[in-house]
Amino acid sequence: MAKNSQDNKKLSFRAAQGSYKAQAARSRGDKVESTAPAPATAKQHTRMVPLPSDGIVPERDVFSTPVLECRHLGIDFGGLHAVEDFNLIVGKTEIAGLIGPNGAGKTTVFNLLTKVYQPTRGTILLDGQDTAGMGVAKVNQMGIARTFQNIRLFSSLTVEENVTIGLHNSVKCGMWSGIFRLPRYWLSEKEFHDRSLELLDVFGMADLAHVQAGNLPYGAQRRLEIVRALATGPKLLLLDEPAAGMNPSETAELMENIRKIRDEFKIAVLLIEHDMNLVMGICEGIAVLNFGRIIAKGTPQEIQGNPQVIEAYLGTSAKEA
Amino acid sequence: MQATTATKSAPSFKDRLLEALKGTFGTYFLVVVAFLIVQGFIATGSMSSALQGQLVPICVYVCAAVSLNLVVGISGELSLGHAGFMSVGAFTGCIMASMLAPIIPNDFLRLLISILTGGCFGAVAGFVVGVPVMRLSGDYLAIVTLAFGEIIKNILNNLYVGSDASGLHVSMSSVQDLGMTNGTVIINGPQGAVGISKLSTFVMGFLLIMFTLFVVSNLVRSRSGRAIMAVRDNRIAAESVGINVTKYRLMAFVVSAALAGMAGTLYAMNFSSVVASRFDYNTSILILVYVVLGGIGNIRGSIISATILTILPEFLRFMADYRMLIYAVVLICVMVLPNVPVVQRFMEAFKAKVPWLIDKDALEEPDLAEEGGNRG
Repeated sequence: MAKNSQDNKKLSFRAAQGSYKAQAARSRGDKVESTAPAPATAKQHTRMVPLPSDGIVPERDVFSTPVLECRHLGIDFGGLHAVEDFNLIVGKTEIAGLIGPNGAGKTTVFNLLTKVYQPTRGTILLDGQDTAGMGVAKVNQMGIARTFQNIRLFSSLTVEENVTIGLHNSVKCGMWSGIFRLPRYWLSEKEFHDRSLELLDVFGMADLAHVQAGNLPYGAQRRLEIVRALATGPKLLLLDEPAAGMNPSETAELMENIRKIRDEFKIAVLLIEHDMNLVMGICEGIAVLNFGRIIAKGTPQEIQGNPQVIEAYLGTSAKEA
Repeated sequence: MQATTATKSAPSFKDRLLEALKGTFGTYFLVVVAFLIVQGFIATGSMSSALQGQLVPICVYVCAAVSLNLVVGISGELSLGHAGFMSVGAFTGCIMASMLAPIIPNDFLRLLISILTGGCFGAVAGFVVGVPVMRLSGDYLAIVTLAFGEIIKNILNNLYVGSDASGLHVSMSSVQDLGMTNGTVIINGPQGAVGISKLSTFVMGFLLIMFTLFVVSNLVRSRSGRAIMAVRDNRIAAESVGINVTKYRLMAFVVSAALAGMAGTLYAMNFSSVVASRFDYNTSILILVYVVLGGIGNIRGSIISATILTILPEFLRFMADYRMLIYAVVLICVMVLPNVPVVQRFMEAFKAKVPWLIDKDALEEPDLAEEGGNRG
């Protein structure tokens, strides 16, 4: 298992674009480990060349392992290839966008990444680790958290409890400690309380801590879902249409929050969104999906000018995107 | 957003007391007060012996209802085999009690150990049943738990257990098959557990209720309990935040089975003999009725409904032929009346006249919901 993950790390490294220097550094690093058994026969500096890859990451993330790497990912529902040959690399602190017309398979991609569906083909590397064979809960523990297109909160519980449940795996307290109120219980409850309020505070929701989640206004419910996802301590946050049903000012606030998430938590965000202002405003890299295949990848400017994208959205006789 | 602050500025002592009485503390308080009142009645001799005979069964049904509420209300699964776990506890508890008879002369201690044994075996049965059952949900889970309840009953109907100088003997065919020379038969197949020494007391019943309450309410307000409720509220979301869904569903199921096993032991030790068919499908449904009428997920409600519905047939005894009819009518009324608009309006008016009955949270919530409507 350990060896496997190391191989995966190498694999993902090679794939990162412009990783020639990184590769050299990496191979030197590897050599330090591998010289131990036979130091005498160690080779001199080997010149390595980057493998061709269609992945793009922000320049600042070039030297770190990409947080997400999908290779030839695909799933069939019966005879339908819902997603096919999906290749995507998300940098360590990138805000990435996944857009496409309705029914293109965007949410299916999210369900594949979080293992709600098991992929028929392909590999998902999360921070260099293969997630094959893992379940939904395990993948979350590995570092993928998500929100849902149709909000899924624990609506009969309070806002604070929702966040505490997000913290479930980072603060431990066994069943017996809970039932018999052992010291561990009091310590963990205090930690739960402090950390959940801290997280809520980041999004200005600390004063709503005791409100039942199902009674929150719509925008606050969406925010709470993000806070709950962040509470699981992810490396990659998947947001499924975070701005759905929001007015322009709420959307602007959301954009600010997403940037804040990246900067404060130092994590990557991959979002599905139909609101082009939001996507073009904050996403650094964008992938466009149509009929389950990626038809374009690039910066917002590149995507806006891409004729294939315009065609996918508006048909052949379109004037503007 | 600032307008929706739910701050409660320095509540007075009275407010805090009322608040506490609404919570778990109030439930403990209720049980203790009820216990003291009943003890008072017994001491002054103003309680009929028929009613006194009902005290232990009431405690048993309260425990069973509260523990079933953990599965039905907190974990959100419909289990129809709760009596099966009670019977496992009853029979193992009886075996333990008769084995301990020569060793521990103290009745209370013997009963306590038997109840704990019943609880342990109830938990084991809950685990064995739970592992396959937790692959299912909804109606399927209900059907399979019902079947397991019947399976347990039938196994116990064919179980022969006896003890002699060389230890325990178990057989699934007949008493002769036990191969004992001069031992005592503890469980005699369809005749059930025989020759039980009646150890159960009302005090023990009270303690068991307190223990059940303690376990259930503490579990609910802990990390594990929140995980259980998260799975109930939204299974997909719970999984997506890294909660092992099967583990926590199974935890609720097993804890509930353990508590049912304890209640079962207490029940069996109240009679000189108990047969497996006492813990059949009807008993499971009866306990479920207590839970549903008391309010699913409402622990205090389960206690009250189990108590009232156990005493009711006793109080209606003077009407002999009609008592079950009235019992049924009461059940129907409890289910139907809260949904009749006239009754609802009456209750609203009643609550307005008695301010301390009003749930403060319920008053705050509509404002928020309204605001949500405007914003969305």
